[in-house]
Amino acid sequence: MNKTKQITLLINGRTHRAAVPANETLLETLRGLGYFEVKSGCEKGDCGACAVLVDDEAVDSCLTLTWTVKTQRVTTVSGLGTIEDPHPLHTAFIERGAAQCGFCTPGLIIAAESMLRNDTRDPSLDDMRLALSGNLCRCTGYTKVFDAVTAAARVVREEGGPK
Amino acid sequence: MYANFDLHLPKDLSAALAILGDAGDDAKVMPLAGGTNLIVDIRARSLTPAALVGIGDISHLRGIDVTNGQVVMGGKTTVSDILRSPELTDRASSLVDSARVFGGQMVRNTATVAGNICYASPAADLVPPLLVLDAEVTLERREGERTLPLSEFYLDYKRTARRPDELLTRITWPARSSDSVDLFYKLARRKGDAITIAGIAVALGVADGKCTRARIALGAVAPIVMRALEAERMLEGETLTPELIEAAAHQAAQAASPVDDLRASGKYRRHCVQVLTSRLLTQAWRRLS
Repeated sequence: MNKTKQITLLINGRTHRAAVPANETLLETLRGLGYFEVKSGCEKGDCGACAVLVDDEAVDSCLTLTWTVKTQRVTTVSGLGTIEDPHPLHTAFIERGAAQCGFCTPGLIIAAESMLRNDTRDPSLDDMRLALSGNLCRCTGYTKVFDAVTAAARVVREEGGPK
Repeated sequence: MYANFDLHLPKDLSAALAILGDAGDDAKVMPLAGGTNLIVDIRARSLTPAALVGIGDISHLRGIDVTNGQVVMGGKTTVSDILRSPELTDRASSLVDSARVFGGQMVRNTATVAGNICYASPAADLVPPLLVLDAEVTLERREGERTLPLSEFYLDYKRTARRPDELLTRITWPARSSDSVDLFYKLARRKGDAITIAGIAVALGVADGKCTRARIALGAVAPIVMRALEAERMLEGETLTPELIEAAAHQAAQAASPVDDLRASGKYRRHCVQVLTSRLLTQAWRRLS
């Protein structure tokens, strides 16, 4: 049997305490707590649908054991903004038609946000290809995704930094 | 996950080495770094560890330093760390290029250099560059540490010199100057998130118009990432000509032993070794002269 321990996680600014077994992935924990915007896709690090931010870096939650999330600060796509106050990436994905079926969208937005926080706020097409290379989208062909990220990056720069 | 295992999260290196030491030669107790291979294998039930030793809390194992003419990289350094390191852009362009075509962003953010080395996939993208840079690896266990050349680390397909109770804590190589060039090319279906068909790295050093040091490493075309030693010897001490480069590239292709798989046939892989080795040697020599 797997050992279980009480874990505290700060998800989208809200504190959760949960009994988590040693073999549980962050993906399982998040969906178990109702964060269904975190999608379960390939479960092997290829598709990026399960991406979340741990601190400021995007990780595949399907490959992350929950016990190892050291600082416990996790952000899903819903934690970046609200309906009333959306993140520039949310707005740009809607305005540019960058979401079709929507399954990959949470991961794409998280990966793009990770790029804006860690690598560049003025991404070239190659920068975006590099940052989004771990996110598979079978609908959009990526063109509108790159349009949206470019537009959002401009807004973020004008606002003086990512949230 | 359905798998059952215990998970240790030691606070420092000595605690980690103690847990691994207590397990001794029991390979069912495994170090867990980024988990981008290990968790996939556990989920697929091709690995069934009794316990994992997570090294995430041992922060001093992560980072890149240049001291006393040596580049020193902690084993827990991530692939993204390589891309964000100003120290490496000029000193190890082959390694930076391999990091750029490694997995996708989320994998790069967590996958570690030690993990890529120790998992011992023949298609490990960081390994050909590290081989041509003459990297050495330091393995630590409770009883002490040892350092060996990366070229002696690989024994056979997914078999390495690492004992189950050892952690690969450091990778080092000599920092070289402008009389040396190293290059890497990954052939794959896409630039990102693809498994390598052939990954070739070369390094050349030059003095007085002659090649003083030649390194050629071949990935995904043999049971291990291998050096093309005979081809290297053909180049050292010589002024490189198109004919000599072609002959060395041919020799490298003969030294490979590629398999047929879903990504490419062995015949195609061998052809690509010849073409890519020749192309990289030509580029490297041109940059030096």
